[in-house]
Amino acid sequence: MFKAKDLLGIKELTTDEIYYILETASGFKDVLQRDIKKVPPLRGKTVVNLFFEPSTRTRISFELAAKRLSADVINLSTTTSSVVKGETLKDTALTIKALGADFVVIRHSSAGVPHFLSRLLNISVINAGDGANEHPTQALLDLFTVLSYKKKIKDLTIAIIGDITHSRVARSNIYAFTKLGAQVRVICPPTLMPAEVKSLGIEIYSNMEEGLKKADVIMTLRLQLERQSKAFFPSLEEYFYLYGLTTERVKLAKDNAIVMHPGPMNRGVEIESEVADGPQSVILEQVTNGLAVRMAVLYLLAGVKK
Amino acid sequence: MKILIKNGRIIDPLQDIDRKGDILIEDGKIREITLVRKRGSAEARKKKVPDFRASELSNFRTIDASGCIVIPGLVDMHTHLREPGFEYKETIKTGTKAAVRGGFTSVCCMPNTNPVNDTIAVTEFIIKKTLKEGSCTVYPIGAITKGQNDEELAELEALKRSGCIAFSDDGRPVANSLIMRHALEYSKIFDVPIISHCEDLHLSEGGVMNEGFVSTILGLRGIPKAAEEIMVARDLTLCRLTGGRLHIAHVSSEGSVRLIRDAKARGINVTAETCPHYFSLTDESLISYDTNLKVNPPIRTEKDVEAIKQGLKDGTIDVIATDHAPHHIDDKTKEFDAASFGISGLETAFSLGLQLVGQEVLDLKQLIMKMSVTPSNIMRIPKGTLSSGADADLAIINLEHSFVVDSSRFLSKGKNSPFNGWTLKGTVEKTIAMGKVYDWT
Repeated sequence: MFKAKDLLGIKELTTDEIYYILETASGFKDVLQRDIKKVPPLRGKTVVNLFFEPSTRTRISFELAAKRLSADVINLSTTTSSVVKGETLKDTALTIKALGADFVVIRHSSAGVPHFLSRLLNISVINAGDGANEHPTQALLDLFTVLSYKKKIKDLTIAIIGDITHSRVARSNIYAFTKLGAQVRVICPPTLMPAEVKSLGIEIYSNMEEGLKKADVIMTLRLQLERQSKAFFPSLEEYFYLYGLTTERVKLAKDNAIVMHPGPMNRGVEIESEVADGPQSVILEQVTNGLAVRMAVLYLLAGVKK
Repeated sequence: MKILIKNGRIIDPLQDIDRKGDILIEDGKIREITLVRKRGSAEARKKKVPDFRASELSNFRTIDASGCIVIPGLVDMHTHLREPGFEYKETIKTGTKAAVRGGFTSVCCMPNTNPVNDTIAVTEFIIKKTLKEGSCTVYPIGAITKGQNDEELAELEALKRSGCIAFSDDGRPVANSLIMRHALEYSKIFDVPIISHCEDLHLSEGGVMNEGFVSTILGLRGIPKAAEEIMVARDLTLCRLTGGRLHIAHVSSEGSVRLIRDAKARGINVTAETCPHYFSLTDESLISYDTNLKVNPPIRTEKDVEAIKQGLKDGTIDVIATDHAPHHIDDKTKEFDAASFGISGLETAFSLGLQLVGQEVLDLKQLIMKMSVTPSNIMRIPKGTLSSGADADLAIINLEHSFVVDSSRFLSKGKNSPFNGWTLKGTVEKTIAMGKVYDWT
């Protein structure tokens, strides 16, 4: 089923592959509900988490997923690795290979770094977020979460709100949901809308109220607070006024709409606490599902001949 | 030393020659061209043996150029030789060797070295180093502002006197419009062009490729065409205001072509160049995140490529320059965001230009104009012709022979070519620079 040795992005996946990962994840979700949550498939394998950008939840999620599969895990982050001594990415990668790692989970602020490593290494490269390109496991866990509530993806209306230009989560989700037949809308100020994004087959809105109408899924993105300094928007207050997800606005979507956020949240900036903690929020469910999805990805890639 | 180049198809646009014939070179100068009068006629066959042959036959080196074109050596008005300061990327020695390999016999080197070429000392260093180690003629381009810092004018007279033939802050724009105005005004004293690298640094900040659909799906920061076009528009406006001589470097976008076309129609004193990568590639090729495609200004879209070709065809774009920007492999084996901008272009430029002839964008004569004659005119250098008495700068090129680009075999230190692996027509068989023969066969 799986031919590529790497998970670089949703772009590269077929619909069948996506469903296959989700089914596999479903099995692991059952495992996670057992009393003993550890299974043996990756015994003797080594997973290196190579994080060049601060991240708690993704790194911990990958670490725990690998451990649940009985792999050995090494965490390397910029603050502790030789990168601060000026080592090139190439040398870091080759060192990891020389150590005999089987997987490298890479998070980097520059788009295309997983592709760069993929060409350099014959071990599995898993993209845990590269610049504004992709964050495929996030999109997979989002699909998994939506499926568990809606039982299907096709013909759903997914509204993604926030800084689309700089968001890898937005991109991966746009690819994932459109591939599976949903209608994706993005809602953001025109300053944060990437060039020609409409060509991806999505609808674009700069008016929050219109964009939310009759949505099945509301996904709001973390706003990088430093964007204000580059005049993408005048103030956080104004941003919240125009695009903050409030209880009132959630009502514009379908009654049974679910509210998602990839985390970490800026409460009071892109989302109101009442919504984040409200009955329609599935934000913590996303975290739990992330673990199952990442187990599935590691497990499936382990089966690919290299 | 005398050299007789026989049986080549001689093309010299300046003398309006495109015919089979022989060229005699003596003491580094072109002495005479003898043309075949009428193909195959008895008269021609008789005439084919030049008059000058009889006297000292033994002293001649004879080069058989049959099946090849013999053209004035190419002139690159936009080269980065990297020396002084970045000798690990390129040197005058390796850069000029790459030049002659590509059929170039003159290159004009940009001042963004370390130190910047903003003083007599650096200009003289380049000239002396070229005499010692260079394979072709090098014409230095001086900086417009001291240290290319966009604050104070460099001593343009001193630079001109010591050998600079144009001024540019290439690599960076002159962001300050007042300084640009004064540069265009002051340089009128010497009748030299101001070469403008057009980029609005605020708009391009952090960008690594063309802004558009492809940058959106790659998640790479885009550089909008507006970053170039705004500065093209500004400089054209300043050119009209001052009456100075403006040359727009590396034109990459449709909008820039349109602005320059309109300006020329209104009589503004502007010339412009583009580079082979802007008419040979589109941003879709960046899908692989290959850093060899990272260049500034960035590779644009199909629409822009078409506009560039149209601009070359209708004369809006006067020159094809290389913007040869060699880099060390370490500067390209990096994250896309962190990799250096630039393409090592000297050794593929003519063959890529030749594709335009195949596509009927240009004819051969026009291509030679844009790669030799016109840059010589703009720079006011005595190159780009095979006239009697001119420097013996020529290229002998087999138009039909094709080759596969192998950047690892470039003579340039910079192996950074997005054309690696391409099959191209037009093999440079020999280059003659100041009478010295480089044989590549």
